[in-house]
Amino acid sequence: MPKTRPLLSAENVTVKKGKRALLDAVSFDIFPGEAISLIGPNGAGKTTLIRAMIGTQPVSSGKLTRRAGLHLGYTPQKLPLEQLIPMPVDRFMTLSGERDKATRRAMLARCDVAALADKQMADLSGGETQRVLLARALMRKPDLLILDEPTQGLDQHGEARFYQLLAEIRAETGVAVFMVSHDLHVVMAQSDRVICLNQHICCSGAPEHVAEDPSYHALFGARAGIAPYQHNHHEHCDHD
Amino acid sequence: MIDPFLLRAAFAGVLIAIIAAPLGCLVVWRRMAYFGDATGHAALLGVALALSFSMPPIIGVIAIAVAMALAVTFTTRRGGFAADTVLGVFSHAALAIGLVAAALLPGVRLNLIETLLGDILTVSDADIIMIAVGGAVILTVLALFWRGLLNATLSPELMAAEGGSLLRDKLVFTLSLALFVALAMKLVGVLLITAMLILPAAAAAPLSRSPERMVVLTTLIGSASVLGGLWMSWEADTPAGPSIIVVAALFFLLSALKRL
Repeated sequence: MPKTRPLLSAENVTVKKGKRALLDAVSFDIFPGEAISLIGPNGAGKTTLIRAMIGTQPVSSGKLTRRAGLHLGYTPQKLPLEQLIPMPVDRFMTLSGERDKATRRAMLARCDVAALADKQMADLSGGETQRVLLARALMRKPDLLILDEPTQGLDQHGEARFYQLLAEIRAETGVAVFMVSHDLHVVMAQSDRVICLNQHICCSGAPEHVAEDPSYHALFGARAGIAPYQHNHHEHCDHD
Repeated sequence: MIDPFLLRAAFAGVLIAIIAAPLGCLVVWRRMAYFGDATGHAALLGVALALSFSMPPIIGVIAIAVAMALAVTFTTRRGGFAADTVLGVFSHAALAIGLVAAALLPGVRLNLIETLLGDILTVSDADIIMIAVGGAVILTVLALFWRGLLNATLSPELMAAEGGSLLRDKLVFTLSLALFVALAMKLVGVLLITAMLILPAAAAAPLSRSPERMVVLTTLIGSASVLGGLWMSWEADTPAGPSIIVVAALFFLLSALKRL
């Protein structure tokens, strides 16, 4: 990875709720063009970290630095719609601030959802929603995309299609991707770097490296998909 | 020939329906009906306090409604209670404190029924001017920040990630609602202000394909409710405020039936 200036740096980011640390001294850099996956069990602080990165979660100590002029794209896990607010897809796209209809249509087409432009957001399937959210995020010409569990609730086929689309977009635009994920196998294939979080960063590095890290196995056990060569029953794994 | 006071009532009522439409839609979309209640109920305390200091009621209403709206906005996420519990506590405590204050404060002679239920038929020209000016302020502010208000409704995280200010959104929404309460109180009373906000919007929701169309339809349903309620009040000698809400409830029923 070229050591240019990072797009975003986390330095000892700590978030406390009462006495409990939701995030404990988390540090990492995201460099241009990188694909990073954030994995960790439920309650590991993944969502807290994402919120801190986009600025809705105040940090107790440490700091997050964005490169000046950074364009950030973000897709939430889902929208809390439930039919109450009528919102056609194209109107949703205009809410990004893009006034030109042709530009919006082109981006929807790039994400394979042009046919949905007049549908209601609330009527979309999970996979369709994620594609529309991705199209909206891309309209801001982001340097960094932050995706919060984009394939949650998709079947294997939908998941594969989503990652295929993401790979194409990375190739076309060179955008860096920081993605929260549950599905470890895909993460291994799709990422330059994996960060394994459980309040603190247990291990991080190239997917092959993380796959062999004992703390990764301690966190994910049998789900790691590779026979653990070291039994580690600690609740929390050790810092390197 | 229509009586001038009925004409004034109709005019003021339609103005309130127009102002209520975008706010009511936001309240429905954000599931914040209780928030409207809390702010509305706080207005009673505002009236009592203003009267005891010999000030115009509207000043007290705006001050207390703003204080309540801000208190609710910035405390609901703390303390470990569910948001609806906190709002319920605020809302009913405000109403009770207002009623007690009205009895205790020296020099306060409050027409309780009128404050609670409103009296649209006594609206004066000065009231109408106040509603028109206040309403113009509210609608202008909402129009200026409309995209942000929709984004914050859909996903506060998405809005923040795109560089929007959640604090500004909260202030715009909260202060507009407080001002609306102050304007609408005389017409429908503190008990039914939330109804004026949410019933027309809830009736419009199933029939609307976009947020803006829902606001337009809400305006139409709200205005029709005002006129229908006034007519009912005139013909059947029923209280005007509740009659308006009864008609709005009928619209809601029709809309819900159509969806089935």
